[in-house]
Amino acid sequence: MQAIAEGLAGGRGGTALFQDVSFALESGAGLAIVGENGVGKSTLLRILAGLLPAARGTFELRDDEGAVLIAHEHLHYLSHRNAMKRELSVHDNLDFWKSFSDPSGDAGGLSAEAAIAAVELEGIGHLPFGYLSTGQQRRIGVARLLVTRRPLWLLDEPTAALDLRSSRLFAALAEAHLDDGGLLIAATHLPLGVDGVETFDLAMAAVPDTDCDDGEVWM
Amino acid sequence: MSDIAASAGWWTRLANPSRFLALSNRLGPWLAGGTVLTLAVGLYLGFQAPEDYQQGSTVRIMFIHVPAAWLAMMCYTVMALSAIGSLVWRHPLADVSVRAAAPIGAVFTALALITGSLWGKPMWGTWWVWDARLTSFFVLFLMYLGLIALHRALDDPARSGRLSAILVLVGFINIPIIKFSVDWWNTLHQPASVLRVDGPTIHPSLLVPLLVMAIAFTLLFFTLHLVAMRNEILRRRVQVLRRNAARQIGESR
Amino acid sequence: MKALFWRDLALAGRAGGAAMLGLMFFLAVVAVIPFGVGPDLNLLGRIGPAVLWIGALLASLLGLDRLFQADREDGGLDLIVLQDFSDLVLTVLVKTAAHWVITGLPLVVAAPLLALMMNVEPLAGGAVMATLLVGTPAVALVGAAGAAIAVSLPRGGLLVSVLILPLCVPVLIFGISSARAAVTDPDPFWPPFLILSAITLVFAVIGPVAAALALRASSD
Repeated sequence: MQAIAEGLAGGRGGTALFQDVSFALESGAGLAIVGENGVGKSTLLRILAGLLPAARGTFELRDDEGAVLIAHEHLHYLSHRNAMKRELSVHDNLDFWKSFSDPSGDAGGLSAEAAIAAVELEGIGHLPFGYLSTGQQRRIGVARLLVTRRPLWLLDEPTAALDLRSSRLFAALAEAHLDDGGLLIAATHLPLGVDGVETFDLAMAAVPDTDCDDGEVWM
Repeated sequence: MSDIAASAGWWTRLANPSRFLALSNRLGPWLAGGTVLTLAVGLYLGFQAPEDYQQGSTVRIMFIHVPAAWLAMMCYTVMALSAIGSLVWRHPLADVSVRAAAPIGAVFTALALITGSLWGKPMWGTWWVWDARLTSFFVLFLMYLGLIALHRALDDPARSGRLSAILVLVGFINIPIIKFSVDWWNTLHQPASVLRVDGPTIHPSLLVPLLVMAIAFTLLFFTLHLVAMRNEILRRRVQVLRRNAARQIGESR
Repeated sequence: MKALFWRDLALAGRAGGAAMLGLMFFLAVVAVIPFGVGPDLNLLGRIGPAVLWIGALLASLLGLDRLFQADREDGGLDLIVLQDFSDLVLTVLVKTAAHWVITGLPLVVAAPLLALMMNVEPLAGGAVMATLLVGTPAVALVGAAGAAIAVSLPRGGLLVSVLILPLCVPVLIFGISSARAAVTDPDPFWPPFLILSAITLVFAVIGPVAAALALRASSD
């Protein structure tokens, strides 16, 4: 599988933030998008996920024969929130997302228990998600990526709430995902610690301050 | 980017706000002049028109009331068309058009309601009756107010355009249903107890001033709409400039 | 989709009170009416169906803003919006159905009891219940569009009501018309009732599609 971005441009609130972002990732490759606050890391990630329209450019997923795939069926998006209900148990939360993102059940992936074990939180499954600490919650958020097998992971600050040990755990999971032929794109301001991940500084693609008469600027 | 815009169709070219501003600068005075002229002629003809044998001079309220009511409905139609432009073609000026039209429509609707009420006092002996037309107009007024409230709540122009376009279209689909249901409700509760205004066919001596006034109000609407769209574009530019300024201050530290 | 429906029901049970709040509001609104118009049972009997309908309408609008907001707060809405458009429309429909079961159905069940307190004839009470059963889903469906439009706004609750109430006028008119017609002899019950059902079906199309569009538009 390949993930190809060509000439992506995007912005927020009428302000263009970055332009001409192009990259191509093969199976097993990762990309860490770095840059200061406000350069548009999260915006770029949301454009890649398909949640925001790109001002210009395209992002495509292609299978090994080069056919374009329906991107949202092949990617996991983890924002800075974990998409879990505080009132429901960890186990029910993961079960729900497993059946939601893979109703037919043929994509494969770990069971909820196995995913909880994979993030080393055995025995926590029956507790309501709201009772967990911030770091534990984030690990469960990562466990959601494991219950359904999808090749492309789009992660927004995956390690921000994690301590050193949990970060290493996350790095091991991400490396296993890459070894398995997966792809990974993460927006981060911390070193990911994942081997074989290239770094891309979004500040290099920042839009120089635009003249207001450009006419496009307020769109 | 401007090269791409120049090679596309005329509306894409118009989508460039600078071009739109230039065009509106040229068009604006003519529209405003036409409005003043037809309004003056219409009002003159209106006061020259013979008094109604039943209603006396109050019939002249019609020359304001009826065009205002027409325009209130036309404004919603303009908004619905703009909403389609905004949703289907993502035309940025269509967003601006929806946003600029809502307060104008609300004012025309309010004008129609107030003049209707002023007319109703001598005609029906009361300021307000829950007549089918008045009631559906009141609901239309509420819909305009809802849109304005939504506009005030949303400050990000890119999002607010699409969201209000969706609301406008949902409302537009609902208007016939509302009209139908209010008519049903009205016949159920007040079987023809109120005097109908539109009973006899209208006399030509009243029709001519009415039509002139309708043209004047239409021109007035387009003048106001143009000016409101200009203001909206400038407002968004100010917003972008402020954001950029905030960003630069952050970077220079 | 079934999983989503059951999860939303389970959440309403867990979150404690959210489901019952609308019902309590309904009871409170109906209970203050006699204080306003006086305890004259004949008058109450006459306006009873209308009071029940208005109370149910307001109570249904009350909880609407939470329909998508909870999912937005925890980030789950992103994953819902990421689906194909047709799946998204279906998801909205399922979520609205769950919302109606939680907030609308209790109102329908409570209506006949309150009708007795308002001295409404038993037949009319039954008619109110039937019209509420058909009519409150319409409010929830068109309300889903309003909830989706206001999902990103901090004070969305009041705004949803302001946006949606004018659109609910037809539902109110035909709901009360048919409830009245069940007891006043010359008026037929079925025409307004069938029109009410038709409006619900129309809203079942408009509401989820508009809501799906709005959710896409506000996924910033």
